[in-house]
Parts: sequence; C-alpha cells; structure tokens
Amino acid sequence: MFFQQLVNGLTIGSTYALVTIGFNLVYGVLELTNFAHSSFYMLGAYLTVFSMTWLLGRVTPLGFFIGLGISIVITGLLGALMDKASLEPIRKRNGAPITALLTTVGVQTIINNSILLIFGTESKPFPDVFQLGKVYVGDTVIQIFQIIIFVVAILLMLGLSYLVYRTKIGNAMRAISQNATAAKLMGINVNTVITITFLIGSAVAAISGAMMGTYYQKIDTLMGASVGLKSISSAVLGGMGSLPGAMFGGFIIGIVETMFAAYVGSGFRDAIAFIIMFVVLLIKPSGLLGVKIETKV
Amino acid sequence: MVENNQNPIDKASQQNLDEAVIKAPIKSKEKPVKRFFTSLLEFWAKHQTAISLAFLAIAILFPILFNQQYFLSIGVNVMLYATLSVSLNLITGFMGITSLSHAAFLGIGAYTAAILSTRLGANFPITFLAGAAMAGLFGLLLGLPSLRIKGRFLAIVTLGFGEIARMVELNWMSLTRGPQGISGIPKVSLFGWIMKTPAQKYYVILVILVLVVLAVAAIMNSRVGRAISAIRDDEVAAEAMGINVFGYKLMVFSISAAFAGLAGAFYAHYMSFIDPNAFSFAQSILILSVTIFGGMASIAGSIFGALTLLALPELLRFLIDYRLIIYGFVLVIMMVFQPNGLLGSFNLKHIKQQAMFRKSQERSES
Repeated sequence: MFFQQLVNGLTIGSTYALVTIGFNLVYGVLELTNFAHSSFYMLGAYLTVFSMTWLLGRVTPLGFFIGLGISIVITGLLGALMDKASLEPIRKRNGAPITALLTTVGVQTIINNSILLIFGTESKPFPDVFQLGKVYVGDTVIQIFQIIIFVVAILLMLGLSYLVYRTKIGNAMRAISQNATAAKLMGINVNTVITITFLIGSAVAAISGAMMGTYYQKIDTLMGASVGLKSISSAVLGGMGSLPGAMFGGFIIGIVETMFAAYVGSGFRDAIAFIIMFVVLLIKPSGLLGVKIETKV
Repeated sequence: MVENNQNPIDKASQQNLDEAVIKAPIKSKEKPVKRFFTSLLEFWAKHQTAISLAFLAIAILFPILFNQQYFLSIGVNVMLYATLSVSLNLITGFMGITSLSHAAFLGIGAYTAAILSTRLGANFPITFLAGAAMAGLFGLLLGLPSLRIKGRFLAIVTLGFGEIARMVELNWMSLTRGPQGISGIPKVSLFGWIMKTPAQKYYVILVILVLVVLAVAAIMNSRVGRAISAIRDDEVAAEAMGINVFGYKLMVFSISAAFAGLAGAFYAHYMSFIDPNAFSFAQSILILSVTIFGGMASIAGSIFGALTLLALPELLRFLIDYRLIIYGFVLVIMMVFQPNGLLGSFNLKHIKQQAMFRKSQERSES
C-alpha cells in the first residue's frame, strides 16, 4: 500500500517536475514567473494528439513521434513569438518585472481560451500508442510508462543542466541572468539568447504535455491550470531558477500530495501544494536548492 | 516595479512648471489632435467635480431611461466590477502591489453574507458589514506574514492564497456546501422594504460604488494617501522619511480587501446563488485586467475600464465567446504600449496647475 502510493506520488511528481523544469529554465535567465508556461504544456498535448490522429491519421508509435515533433516545433516557435512580440518590447523600455509577469498572464488567458474555443470543453481521448503493460514488485503495480515518465523527467533535468552549465549558449544565459548589461557589453546578443530560452522552455513543455496525455489517456482544457499553479509551488519549494530544484520540488509535492490524499483525506489534497508554497515563501524564499536572493537598494 | 508605476508627470513636475513659460508660445504649433486632447484634459481637470456629478446623474437616470432587465443587469455588472476595480486599484495602482487574490476576498465577503443570511436570517446592513469585516480580517491575516516579501514573490503568495481560499470553499461541506454552492440567498431588504426590482438592485450597487469611490478618494487626499504614493515611488526613501511602510501596506491591503468583501456581500444577495467557481483565479485576472486597462492609480480609469470591458462585449454580442481572449490581448497590448493603462498617465491635479500657471502668464504678458 505505502509503496503503491509512493509510485503514484512519484508519477504525479514527475508531471510537476516535467512542467517545472521548463518553467525554471526561463525563471533562471529572466527571473520571470511565466504563467503562460502551463498553457504551452496544454497546447503541446493538444497539438500532439491533433497532428497524430487528425492530421496524420496514424495512431502508431511512429505517428506519435511525428506528432510530438510537430507539436514541439509549433509550441517552441509560439514561445519564441510570445517573447519577441510581447516581452522584448517591455525589456527594451526597461519595464518593471511585474509588467512582464502580467503579460504572461495575458498570454495564458489567450492560449487557454483559444484552445477552449477550438477544441471545446469536453475532454479528448489521447490514444495510448505504446501499450507497454505493467510490472509487479511484490504487491506494488508499476506501469512501464510510469517508469518512462520518471526517467524522462530526470533526463530532461540532466540535459537542460548540461545545456545551461556546459554549452556556449548556456554560458550566455547565465551571464544574462547575472547582469544583462554586462552580458551585452561582452558581445552577447541578449534578446536572441532570451528568445532561444523561451523556445527551449516551451518545447520542453510540449514534451511534458504529450507524456502526460499518453499516461492519463485523455486531455482537457483544465489540465494546464491545475498543473501550472502546482508547478509554481514546486518551483518555489525546489528553489526558483534551479533545475535540480525543479525536479526535487516536483517529486516532493507529488509524493506529499498523494500521501496526504491516502492517509488523511482527499478533500484538501489540492490545497497542500499551496500551503507548502506559502510556508516556504515565508520561511525560506530561496527554496531548497535556490540561490539566496539579494535585494539591492 | 516601483519605477514603472511612477507617474512620469509627477517626476518632472517641478521641471515642467519651470519650462511651461518657454513652452507656452510654441503651443500653437502643436498637432491639432494632440491639442484637442490637451484641451480636453484641461477641461476635465478644471471641472472635475462637475463632470463627476454629471456622470453620477447619468448613472442615477439610467434605470429610468432603460428600465429593462437586460440593460439593468449590464449596469449592475459594470458597477460591481467598477467597485472591485477601484478597490484593487488602491493596492495595485496607488501602492504598486500586484495582488492576484482579489477574487478570494470577493468570495469571502459573498460566503459570509450568504451564510449569515441563510442560516441566521440576517440581512442588510449586518451581512454587508460582516462581509466587509471578514474580508478585511483575512486581508490582514494574509498581509501580516506576506507583505514583508518583495515584488513578484508577493504576487505568487496572493495567488496561492486565492487558491487555498477556493479549496476551503470547495471542501468545507458543512459550512459552504462545497461545489453545490449556497442557493436561496434572500434579497437585500432595508427595514422590511425588500429590494426586488432590477432598478432597486441597481441603486444598491450604485450606492456601494459611490461610497467606495468617495472612501478611496478621501484616503488618497489624506496623509495616508501621500504616504501610499511615497511608498509606491520609493519604499526605502519613504522608510527613511519616517513612514511606517509595513504598517501602511497592511492597512491599505486590509481596506482594499474589505471593499472587495463589501462587493462580495452585494454579489451574494444579487445573484441569490454562489458557488466556488465564481471566485477562481480567472476572476482575479478579470478584475486585474479591468484595473490595468482603465488606468493604474486612477479612480475614473477603473470605472471607465469596467464600462469598456464589461459593457462593450454586450454591445458586440458576437464577441461574447471571444471575451476572455480579448481580455488576454488587452492585458498584453496594454502592458506593451501603455503599462499605466488608458487614464493612468495623467495627473489631473498637475494639468490643472499647469493650465492655471499658463493663464496667469498670459495675463501678465497682456
């Protein structure tokens, strides 16, 4: 029973981790709370199933990967477009951080309601193309796909960490996050790097959306809203801007939530994430693995 | 966050006054459109009270001219959101704290009024006062720990509070009846006189709106208001001048929440049915977009914003499905081109001073 709950909690935690990693990538560079990130997650899932079933008409693993590819490209480009069209002008005018935050809220509203308008409110089936089956460990049932989600979450974290800490563009990202003006003086094309960050972050969100769609075998227009707010809690818990923090934050929130639902009661399970977030922000705003925030006068 | 909310006219106020002498002769060379707007603003600044009263008169006459359920329900909606937006403007516009929990305070007020009236048979004015007091109390409780947090983290905390409040409303079955909501909330009655026609309900919310507007205007014209502006412009400098920044933040946050609670109490009596869905994150966003669209730190802007964003889609009925998408675009476009909102960039007091100054210059020349 306990191990079963642990497995379920880790799976839900992986969902949060997958969404939070992309979120924290953007936060790490721009210190921007990107509310639109969860919308890109939902959009990624919708585009994958749309291209797989209606555009290609192939409900096979190959069709899934082609659909996922299309979804990643479109979602990534939309993320880049959002930055170019709405966030770059604000940066150019030295707008306040809160202005950019509200812009992402606006983009979130646009995407969510467009999806609602195009695809309707009822949930859509997401075909499980892999049919991987289950394994039994003692009396604990583990779906193979649960393991895959878990592994993908860790791989994405490692991959993005490699990107941020070992590559040239990653160096540029970290330079911008420390001091954008100095980065510009060193010859870094600040706006392009930030746009690429959004491109990667949104593409990662699309991957997460497709994974989750396959796991739950259905998608609906509310999938972004609930996961999105909880991924912000995961980010706060793990440390805003930290990629390993995003993963651990997601895992912890998922496990605590599942355990709470199993042993205390399911009523308030959705509130737990926010209570954790509340407490972390009040006691240690930098989170578990985050960098200490310095306020400059 | 602090820099952006600063009124550009405020900042250069003294400088502008000095330059007004030099500028005055060039005035005739200005583009006609710009001159028209300048003179319009000057007219508004000069006759501010008269224009406000004229608008109030129109608002009072509205139910007599359009005595139909449909028009009146639009009117009530506009007034309700104007009230919410003015109260949100107090913290977001005037003080520069972005709050994403205004729907929660609306909900707290509504649930307080609904529970008191259905369980205990209470009615106006007890339910309204209790709704406002309860929301104000929760504003205080949220503000006490969280107002020390800076900037964007505070926005996230208020977001979390909004969600927790909704979870409680959804799950505390014995008190709130959860997702079924509370139905059969009695109408507002004043000493046995029941407000049941649409026009009467309209006047109730009009009175609330006028009271909230007067209260916010009074606050902003007082010592407290000047402290609020100082905090918005530069927190550290305000602290150095001996302003109790945390104390004022707490007070204003709580007052703003109480006004939202007051609107919530009206909402409960008006709809006679409430459920947690009405007080979601999307509702907070709607209130925020009204405030930002109309104008940061502008009471007239908030009313104008509510009028535009809630009445306009009704006029263009085919747009009703796209309403939320339009709100999204409004938020984005506003943030990119006019972060202070439509009426947020004008300082009427300053425009009036400038006009008077120019007039006195012209007089002394002739």
